[in-house]
Amino acid sequence: MTLDATDRAILNRLQEGFPITPEPFRVVAQELGLNEADLLARLERLKADRIITRFGPFYDAEAMGGAFCLCAMAVPDADFECVLTKVNARPEVAHNYQRDHRLNMWFVLATETEAEIEEMAMSIERETGLRVLRFPKRREFFIGFRIAA
Amino acid sequence: MSIDATDRRIIAATQGGLPLVPEPYAAIAAELGLSEATLCNRLHNMQARGVIRRIAAAPNHYALGMVANGMSVWDVEDAAVAELGAHVGALDFVSHCYERPRALPDWPYNLFAMIHAESRAEVEEKRGRIAALLGAACRGHDILYSTRILKKTGLRLRPEGGT
Repeated sequence: MTLDATDRAILNRLQEGFPITPEPFRVVAQELGLNEADLLARLERLKADRIITRFGPFYDAEAMGGAFCLCAMAVPDADFECVLTKVNARPEVAHNYQRDHRLNMWFVLATETEAEIEEMAMSIERETGLRVLRFPKRREFFIGFRIAA
Repeated sequence: MSIDATDRRIIAATQGGLPLVPEPYAAIAAELGLSEATLCNRLHNMQARGVIRRIAAAPNHYALGMVANGMSVWDVEDAAVAELGAHVGALDFVSHCYERPRALPDWPYNLFAMIHAESRAEVEEKRGRIAALLGAACRGHDILYSTRILKKTGLRLRPEGGT
């Protein structure tokens, strides 16, 4: 599908934050010079066409009670599939990506406590004989992603 | 940043998204047996405490033609990383930007920025723009392209208990 200028303005506006007020779509529609019904109809279409994957509150996983840590390993090519099976077998491994770098396996550990992150990383190190580098989030910077309007 | 049982019910009712109706909060409140004012107060409160990062639309980068992405990583002077990280995070082609600890000697980089673009060449061009923005405060950088998704599972929210 193609997006017109109004769709793009809506997408960019809705990435900036949505008001918590009884008629929030009316407020946003007014800002964009649209009427509420048109805004809602366009959002239905953008969701149906999967241009918008999700619209609503984004919860901080750590604030909801849990610990997360980006981890990386340098896995020798010959052992890659074997190590992958061991790493992916753990339910605490949420996402895992292969990347074109000496550190070629990047995954996120998700556990209930910080202590479990450390235990899980050490457990993977024992099982694979490889180091698990830990890159916990220290600071998150404002998300500024925009599409060309 | 503790959340109680009611917050948890609100999270469960809204983590799939807000309904596209003129009064979305009233609709959710009715579903949960809360007043709209109570729901809105709790949402405000969770946002103020950082439990809600923002209420927003997540675009599908692929559907928008942004089919190339790379994880750019930067070794930025510690004294400058907070200020410069904010500038990088605000760039319109950066979707996620984090300060993380270095892992010396293997990994000298402390700033991670995910770059999205329509092609690999355009990702590299945007990487050059970040390098220019960081200037002399940046001592080295690299970019990692993903070659395969090895596992992708959604966030698991515990249905009850805990705070």
